[in-house]
Amino acid sequence: MAPNIKNVLQPFSALKHLGQKPHTVRYPDESKPTAPRYRGFHYNDLEKCVGCGNCAAICQNAAIDMVRVEGVEPAVGDSGLRPRIDYGRCCWCGLCVDVCPTGSLALTTEYTYVSDDPGSFLLVPGLEHPEFGEKLSFTSEEGYNLLDFHRVPMRELDPKERVKSFAEVVLGYVEEEARKEASRCAGCGICVSACPDHMHIPEYIRAIAEADDLQSLKVIYDNNPLGEMCGKVCTRRCEGVCVLTHRGEPVAIRWLKRFATERFDDFSKVLNPEIRPKNGLKIGIIGAGPAGLTAGYYLVLRGYDVDIFEALPKAGGMTMAGIPKYRFPEDSLDKQIRYMEQVGVRIHTNTRVGKDVAFEDLLEKYDAVFMGVGFHKPYMLRIKGEELPGSIQAVTFLREVNFGKKVDVGKRVVVIGGGDVAIDAARVSLRLGAQATILYRRRMQDMPADPEEIEGALAEGVDIKTQGIPLEILPGPDGRVAAIKYGMAEMVPDPKGGRPRPKLIEGDEHLLEVDTVIAAIGQEADYSFIPQEYLDKLKIERGRIVVDEWQATSIPGLFAGGDTTNRRADAISAIADGYRAAEGIDRYLRERRASAA
Amino acid sequence: MIATTKKTTKLFLGPQHPGITGNMMVELDVQGDTVVRARTHVGYLHRGFEKLMEERLWIQCFPIVCRICVPEPDPNEENFARGVEEIAGIEIPERAKWIRTLVLELSRLQAYLLWMGGQAGSIGLYTMPQWTVGDRDYILDLFEELTGGRVYHMYIWPGGVRRDLPKGFRDRVLKVMDYLESRLPEYDRLLFENALFIKRASGVGVIDPSRAMEWGVVGPPLRAAGFRHDTRIDDPYEAYSEVEFVVPTRTESDVYARAMIRRFEFEQSISIVRQVLDNMPEGPVYTGIPNPFQWRVPPGDAYVRTESARGEFAYYVVSDGSTKPRRVHARGPAYVHGVTLLEHLLEGANIADVSMIMNSLGTCPPEIER
Repeated sequence: MAPNIKNVLQPFSALKHLGQKPHTVRYPDESKPTAPRYRGFHYNDLEKCVGCGNCAAICQNAAIDMVRVEGVEPAVGDSGLRPRIDYGRCCWCGLCVDVCPTGSLALTTEYTYVSDDPGSFLLVPGLEHPEFGEKLSFTSEEGYNLLDFHRVPMRELDPKERVKSFAEVVLGYVEEEARKEASRCAGCGICVSACPDHMHIPEYIRAIAEADDLQSLKVIYDNNPLGEMCGKVCTRRCEGVCVLTHRGEPVAIRWLKRFATERFDDFSKVLNPEIRPKNGLKIGIIGAGPAGLTAGYYLVLRGYDVDIFEALPKAGGMTMAGIPKYRFPEDSLDKQIRYMEQVGVRIHTNTRVGKDVAFEDLLEKYDAVFMGVGFHKPYMLRIKGEELPGSIQAVTFLREVNFGKKVDVGKRVVVIGGGDVAIDAARVSLRLGAQATILYRRRMQDMPADPEEIEGALAEGVDIKTQGIPLEILPGPDGRVAAIKYGMAEMVPDPKGGRPRPKLIEGDEHLLEVDTVIAAIGQEADYSFIPQEYLDKLKIERGRIVVDEWQATSIPGLFAGGDTTNRRADAISAIADGYRAAEGIDRYLRERRASAA
Repeated sequence: MIATTKKTTKLFLGPQHPGITGNMMVELDVQGDTVVRARTHVGYLHRGFEKLMEERLWIQCFPIVCRICVPEPDPNEENFARGVEEIAGIEIPERAKWIRTLVLELSRLQAYLLWMGGQAGSIGLYTMPQWTVGDRDYILDLFEELTGGRVYHMYIWPGGVRRDLPKGFRDRVLKVMDYLESRLPEYDRLLFENALFIKRASGVGVIDPSRAMEWGVVGPPLRAAGFRHDTRIDDPYEAYSEVEFVVPTRTESDVYARAMIRRFEFEQSISIVRQVLDNMPEGPVYTGIPNPFQWRVPPGDAYVRTESARGEFAYYVVSDGSTKPRRVHARGPAYVHGVTLLEHLLEGANIADVSMIMNSLGTCPPEIER
C-alpha cells in the first residue's frame, strides 16, 4: 500500500487532544476507587478462625505460616494458631480464602504498604491492621468454596423393619460411598486434638480415599485395638470439631473407620504387628472392657505376659454388656477379641476379682496391675415404689438382654433418664415387643444422649416425655409395677451459670400406666472387690480413682483407667486410658528394673 | 547510506527493552545498516513453571499458569482449566463457558492495545503507546471488577469461573466497548493509516507463505500470509461456536499486513464481546471440583488449544492419576515466532526494523521460557 498526502497529514489530528483531561488520577489529591472484589491484603476474623491451616496447606507459594498469636489459646477444635502471611511470597490468588472452612479469611481492598523493614512484611491478618476488616472484598462465598460441605448419607434399615429384630440399624458405606466421603477430608487434623485417644484420623481417612484399606487399618490399630467397635458406636468428639461443621456436615469419621475395619474378616491375617520378644514380666488386668483390652493388647506387643480377669462370661465390658446388639453386633466384638487373643492376650472370663481371685494376690503375683472395672452400679431413683417387681435398672436390663436372657417387660415400658443408656433401654424394649416411653426431667435439647440416637428412637416410635420428674411408682393388685406418677417441671436458670435446672411445678401431676419402669439415670463404680487396707491407700475423689498422666494410682504398680478415672465415661476415653497405661506400665517397669540393676 | 565495506560488526539488542515485553537478547551481525545474521538468546525469564507444576496439587497450578504470559494471561488459565476438565470429565455450566469467552475476548482486546503501543513505539511513534496503554486500563478496570486482579486474573479455574459477573457489569463492559470503538478511527489516523507506518511496515519482515506452515507460524502472522486459520473457528471451544465472526486474511505477509489483521480482529472482538453479553444464559458459573487436597485427576492426557492474540496457544496436560500433574506443557506461539522464525526474518533486515519485526510477530519472552 502506497501512502498518500492524507496519510501524511492526518496523524497531526492527534494534537486536538492537547489540553484534555488525562486518563490518570492525580494522586494523592484523587484516589482511584478500588473494585469491590479486589484481591488486596488479607483480613482474618481471629474469633471465627480455628487455626486449621488449610490456607497454609493450599498456598502454592508457601507464603502462609501458622503461628501462635497472643490472646488466642489452643482449645478443642482450635489449634490456637493463626495464619501469618509473607507478602514477599503472596501472589494474591486467594486460594486461601476459597479453602477456608470457617470463612474467617478474606482479602481486602487495601494494597499499599511501604516500609524499610523487611520483617514488617510478615503480617498476621486480623491481629495487625484490624482496620482492614472494614474493607473486605474477596470473601469466602457459599457455592465457590473448594471444600465439600455435604456428607455422603448413611443408609439405615427402615424404622418399621428394625424394631422387629436386633439386626444392625446402620448398614455401612459401600466402597464407592466410603471413597467419596473420605475424599472430603481436608486433612487439617483439628479432629485429632478432640479425640481422647488422639487417633491418626487424617492419615487413616486419606488411606481410605486412596483405596488402601489395609494401610487405614494399620493406622487405626496404631493406637486403637477396638477400631471396629469405635467405627460403630464411638461418641465421635472428632466429628464435633471437624472444620466442615462450621458451614456444613463433618466428615463421617466414625463410619469411615467402620468401613476400613469391616473390609477385613480376620485381622490376624493382615495386620502382623511387630511383637517384641517376651521380657518375662507379667501384667494382671482387672476387667476386659475397652480400657483393659487396650492396655492388654499394647502390653503384649511390648513383650509382656498379660492376663485379663473378667467377671462376666464374655469379654468386652460395657461394649458387650451395655450396648445393644442393633448398634454393636456380637460377631463384630468377637472378631476384635479373637484377634487380641491370637496376638497373645489371655482373657479369663467368669473370673471375678474379689471372689474367684483375690485382689491382693494379683498385686503379689503380677509385676503390675491395671484396673479397668467400669461403672456398673446404677444410681437409684430414690422414689417410693422403686423396689417393686417390674422396676428394674437399665444396665442390668441391657446386660441380661445382651447375654441372651429372656426378659419380660410387658406391654408398656417407661425409661427414666436422658442419656444414651436410656435411649438404648427404650429401643431394646421396643424390640422386645413393648411400647416405650422415655421420661426425662429436662428439655429435649438438654438430653446428653447422641442426637442421632434420639432421632433413631423417635423414628422407631419411642415417645419422649420431657420435663417430667418421676414422683412415685405405684403397684397394681398383683404387687407388681402398674403405673408411675410424675410431675411436670419448669426450667429455671442455674444460679451457677450451668444448664437450666428443672423445677417441679406443684400440683401438675400425671399418671402413666406401665408394666415396667427402667431407671437409667447413671452409674457409679463398685470398689467392693478391693480390700479395705488397699482402699485406704487408694486416692479416690468423688467416686473416681485419681491417676497421674500415665494412669498410675497412688499404689505403686497399680494402674487404672476407663470410667473409674475419667469423667468422659465413653469407650474411646477408656481406650485412650488403656493405651496410656500400657506406656505407663512399660515405663514403670523399665525404671524399676533400671533402679534394681 | 549504502554500505561500502564488508566489515561485520556485532550488535547486541537487549536483553533490556529489545522492543517487546520481557527480556531477551538478539545478537546481530551487521554490515553497515543491514543484518546479515541474527541469533536469539533467551534465558532471562526462565522460571520453570512447567516443572514447578509437577510438584503442586492440581488446583495449586491454576495461579501459576497465568504467569507464563504477562501481556495475555487468560488463554493460559483457560487452557489449563479446560485441559484438566477434559481429563477429569468435568462438564462446566453453560454460563461459565460464555463468561470464559467474554474474558478471552477482553483479554484479546487488551493484548492488541498493548501490541499497538509496542508496534508504534518500535518505530518511534510515541503518542500511540500513551493512548493505547491508557485505553487498555479501562479493560483492566473491568478485569479488576470481575476478577479482583488487573493483570493476573486467576479467574478461570477447573470447574468454571471463580465468581459470577458483578451487578451492572454488562453495562460497564458495553460502555468500554463503545469507547474503544470510538477510538478506532483515531488509532487509524495515528498508526494504521499513518504514512510513516505504511512506508516502514510494508514489504518488511515478509514470511514466505510457502514456508509458513513448515515454520509452525500461527495467529495473525499466518493469516497475513493468506491462511484462513483460527482455532476459534477450526476447533471451537467454550461459546465460540455460538458467536458470529469471520477470519480475515491478507496475502502480503509483511509487518503491515499483520498489523491490519490485528486491527480488523480488534474491531471484531468488540462485536464478539457484545454478542456474548447479549446471548449469555443465566445459571451457575462453577461446578464443584473434588476436595483440592485429595483431588486425583484420573490418568490420561489432553491437548487443548485456544486462539490467543498472538496465535494458537496450546496446553498438553498429563495426569498419572495422582494429586499432582505428571506434566503440563505450554505450546505458545512465541517460541516459534520469537526464536527460530525471527532469526530467519531478520537476515537482510535493516537494524532499525529489528524491533518492529520482533513486535509484529508477537514475541513474548516470558512465554518462550516459561
